[in-house]
Amino acid sequence: MTAKNKQLLLCALILLAGIVAPFLFPNYTFQIAVLWVMILFALTWDIMGGQMGYNSLGNIFFFGAGMYICAVIQIGLFYNVGDYTSAYGAVKVDFTPGQYYLGLVLGILASAVVSALFAVIFGWIVFGLRGPYFAIGTLGVAIAAGELVGAWDWLGGGSGISMPTYPGEPDDRALLFYFLCFGSAVATFAFLRVLYATRFKLAINAIRDDEAKAEAMGIHTLRFKIVAWSIAAFFLGISGAIYGNMSGFIEPLEVAFPTVTFGIFMVLMALLGGKGTLWGPVLGATLFHVIKEVTWTHLLGWQWVALGLLIIINVVYFQQGLLGWAQEKWPEAFGIRVDEPESADDNAARRAAE
Amino acid sequence: MLDNLSLLFDLAPVFNIQLLLDGLFIGAIFALAAYGLALVWGVMNVKNLAQGDFVIMGGYIAYSLGEWGIHPILGLPLAIVVMFAFGWAVYVLVIRRVIDRDLFTSLLATFGIAIVVQQSLNLIYGPEVKIAESGFGIRSALDNQLTVSDIKVVSFVMAAALAIAVVVFMKRSRMGQAIRATAQDPRAAKIMGIDTDRVYAFTFALNAAICGAAGVLIAMIWVIQPFYGITHSIRSFVIVTAAGFGNLPGVIIAGLGLGVAEQYSGFVMGAEFQQATVVGLLVAVLVWRQIQQGRLRQVVQ
Amino acid sequence: MKFNTLPGRAQGFSRLVMAGAAVGLLAAGSAQAKIEGDTIVLGSAISLTGKYATNGVHAQNGYDLAVRKINEGGGVKVDGKSYKLKVVYYDDESTPARGAQLAERLIKQDGVQFMLGPYSSGLTKAIAPVTEKYKIPMVEAEGASRSLFTQGYKYLFAVLSTSEQYLASAIDLAAEMAEKEGRKPSDVKIAMAFENDPFSLDVRAGVVDDAKKYGMKVVIDDKLPRDLSDMSATLTKAKALKPDLLIVSGHSKGAATAVRQINEMKIDIPMIAMTHCEAAKVTDKFGAGANDILCSTQWAETLSYEDEMFGTAAEFHEEFKANFEGYTTVPYQSAQAAAAVMVWKDAFERANSFEIDKVRDAIAATDMQTFYGPIRFSEAGNNIAKPMVLRQIQGGSYNVVAPSKWASHPLNFPREAGF
Repeated sequence: MTAKNKQLLLCALILLAGIVAPFLFPNYTFQIAVLWVMILFALTWDIMGGQMGYNSLGNIFFFGAGMYICAVIQIGLFYNVGDYTSAYGAVKVDFTPGQYYLGLVLGILASAVVSALFAVIFGWIVFGLRGPYFAIGTLGVAIAAGELVGAWDWLGGGSGISMPTYPGEPDDRALLFYFLCFGSAVATFAFLRVLYATRFKLAINAIRDDEAKAEAMGIHTLRFKIVAWSIAAFFLGISGAIYGNMSGFIEPLEVAFPTVTFGIFMVLMALLGGKGTLWGPVLGATLFHVIKEVTWTHLLGWQWVALGLLIIINVVYFQQGLLGWAQEKWPEAFGIRVDEPESADDNAARRAAE
Repeated sequence: MLDNLSLLFDLAPVFNIQLLLDGLFIGAIFALAAYGLALVWGVMNVKNLAQGDFVIMGGYIAYSLGEWGIHPILGLPLAIVVMFAFGWAVYVLVIRRVIDRDLFTSLLATFGIAIVVQQSLNLIYGPEVKIAESGFGIRSALDNQLTVSDIKVVSFVMAAALAIAVVVFMKRSRMGQAIRATAQDPRAAKIMGIDTDRVYAFTFALNAAICGAAGVLIAMIWVIQPFYGITHSIRSFVIVTAAGFGNLPGVIIAGLGLGVAEQYSGFVMGAEFQQATVVGLLVAVLVWRQIQQGRLRQVVQ
Repeated sequence: MKFNTLPGRAQGFSRLVMAGAAVGLLAAGSAQAKIEGDTIVLGSAISLTGKYATNGVHAQNGYDLAVRKINEGGGVKVDGKSYKLKVVYYDDESTPARGAQLAERLIKQDGVQFMLGPYSSGLTKAIAPVTEKYKIPMVEAEGASRSLFTQGYKYLFAVLSTSEQYLASAIDLAAEMAEKEGRKPSDVKIAMAFENDPFSLDVRAGVVDDAKKYGMKVVIDDKLPRDLSDMSATLTKAKALKPDLLIVSGHSKGAATAVRQINEMKIDIPMIAMTHCEAAKVTDKFGAGANDILCSTQWAETLSYEDEMFGTAAEFHEEFKANFEGYTTVPYQSAQAAAAVMVWKDAFERANSFEIDKVRDAIAATDMQTFYGPIRFSEAGNNIAKPMVLRQIQGGSYNVVAPSKWASHPLNFPREAGF
């Protein structure tokens, strides 16, 4: 069996597992749905952080933006958003099934497109920032967005928005949102797999390795950076829209723009699995989510301390991540040919570069 | 919003003085913590996201003293000593290993430290807000229109004294000179026989000590809570990014300015924008810096 | 761990679940509600771990005490027969999604047909749609958000006052005082600072409505950030605009910050009202500085409410302390939980049946006096008979000053500042 076939088999198995999971473990549908969201988080963060070397701490901005855009579309198509939110959830609005599904579909589409547009706009502003300034700048954008939405009464401010209620049975609702989460994660993975086989990947890798040289070689770096960020924003917007509907109630600080939880988790998961690889973020997110869900309630408050320690250990001692480590150890298994003299040259070149 | 502006300019201009005073007193403490950040940033090129959490730790030292019946102002020397030791330990355990790595690594590692600190404080002290009561008097003028609590004046003086002490230390002492030498050129410093590892450890510990001192003052003026660190971190970053890290007068001016800006935005736009102003300023400062850089780059093109 | 503190629970619990499942299967199909022999089974998902655990346990203790008291006092008499009460608990881990899942499990798998509420508005919001779907009545004691009572729920009943009432009597008091001084209530100027979170904004909505009723003018309407540590800018504005009433609500951090800075800035406003004074321990922290501040509460042991089962509010307070260790003051969360169980007993006996719709109608027709206060439900299901009370900090102790029916002490007005 060739390596390619093996990978295809693995993909098929994961797909199958994803499809049957909610029927096998109906009590865990929500948790597994969140796992797919986490995988999407890690994958989209890695486009920038892993492949392009731009470490964003503010990608969660697109998640929250998608959530709010979707809510505004879903409500705004049929009602006055200001009236709906100003009642602080104190009005009951019935959406017919037709209205609900139309709103949901249009909302998700709009979230994706508008989030990507936001990436283009903010890209012009923040992409001049290099290294840690970029990380701090993006973190600032995400925190500021949370604060501003919290002060914006039209969007419900700090009391948030109660999302339109699903018109059917609760079990169907759980399945619908499960498959939306699953589908968006699979779509992200498939898209990135295709994308990473093109010249696009070489270009953004070049930006990571040496931006000035890449520019000198004629790569239009700003354009590539903006496109890469828009792709991440597109999928994050979708996942925000789905997640907001899945949880039923959104508010700015803890649900939409949770910079210190989801915003950091996505970085951590990508690093844990191995950044700059396609499977690393998937592996990291799965491990992280499963370990977290299993241990979380038993640690009685210490789980957050453990999370902080995990970040430190991961970053300080194990930054190449699981896949990175495995790749170094068994390069052949990853289809990397190791020619002895060449690799010596490589090492020399790397040393020189450092 | 316009009503509030007209209040300041026409109806009761005296409150401008109140806002200015409150802003300056608190800004002095912001400047202190920011100076610590400028130090580690400039000398070690480490961007410490746990800066605010060090401040809050200092605050809890003052609070604990108050609980034991000791006046919290005595927490100042204690916090300096304890936080110095804590900073040294953090350097040895974590920072030493990330100092040569890319900058994002140090950012994430210090973020991890921030989470550990705030969550540990939460487990020890609980999530409720705490205060350290100084019990000092309150001065007022113009029929109570203007009030200044003595603790603000005292902490302003303390902050100034600490800043002067640190400056004198940096200029006069051997260690201070070593720190400055390392900041200018670590390799040359190493060749000249300076133990840069020790210099880094000392710098990081000194920063933690400065933050701890700022925290003691904050706890006596405002309130503290385990998760308040992040806003203090952001303030420090705003100040240092605006002022640059080799620039003590700049840090002081930016710190005082930020304190005043917060008070005015809270007054004019409402308290909900007070925090947003700080973050907004951070983004604005970064963009402004970038435009400046963009100009520089154009020359090369 | 949690079973150590509640000996015997684990075993009884699992047996109960098993039995519940079995009876549930048998009972499925028949319209007869779930009764095991001579025991009526109530179900509840409650927060025993997670961020609401402290208050979840307070509520659970309240439920347990009332159940024990009812069973010792002869149980629930329906159709000439005496029944005992029992509660099946699940831990919802303080997460709404889990709470909804567990409600489903209680109803579908365990066959529970009478529910007690969870802790907090958020959890109640998550569970109410489930109970509503299966037409299972739920009497809840801990969800105060008024948005719960605008959804048209027919099977949801709450014994506590909704959050917009927290500070409404402060507005009434301000109007009363203005009239006493010979001014119109519409001359009253209000300064408000509410934290930017769902609970506080719900409280704010009530205040805004009441102020509108009197035509009062809101001169400051600030929203405090969640990581609030300074409100001096807001207070400076208050100094400039000289309002007659200052209202602050921001959980305990809001109360602590406000009291400290009110003193420090020598804010001299004749009336100041807040929430969460007790939780913020403002009397311990600030002594005289907290004097004459008004604080709202759902229930207090000093109130003159009374019933036949527990006696007076004060007697409930003593009995609760004797039954559960570690309480010096009984939180109102426990008191209202006990009251919810009393509503069930009362409803079963009046319905004289276990048919769900009859029981539901009996709950809706509830009109009773309890140690916790009078209980009568509106069409929407919230208790409209029990007022929130306003206590004033007078010389370091909390004395009820409003509404006047319950007042034990006269109001100190204008506020004598402690500086």
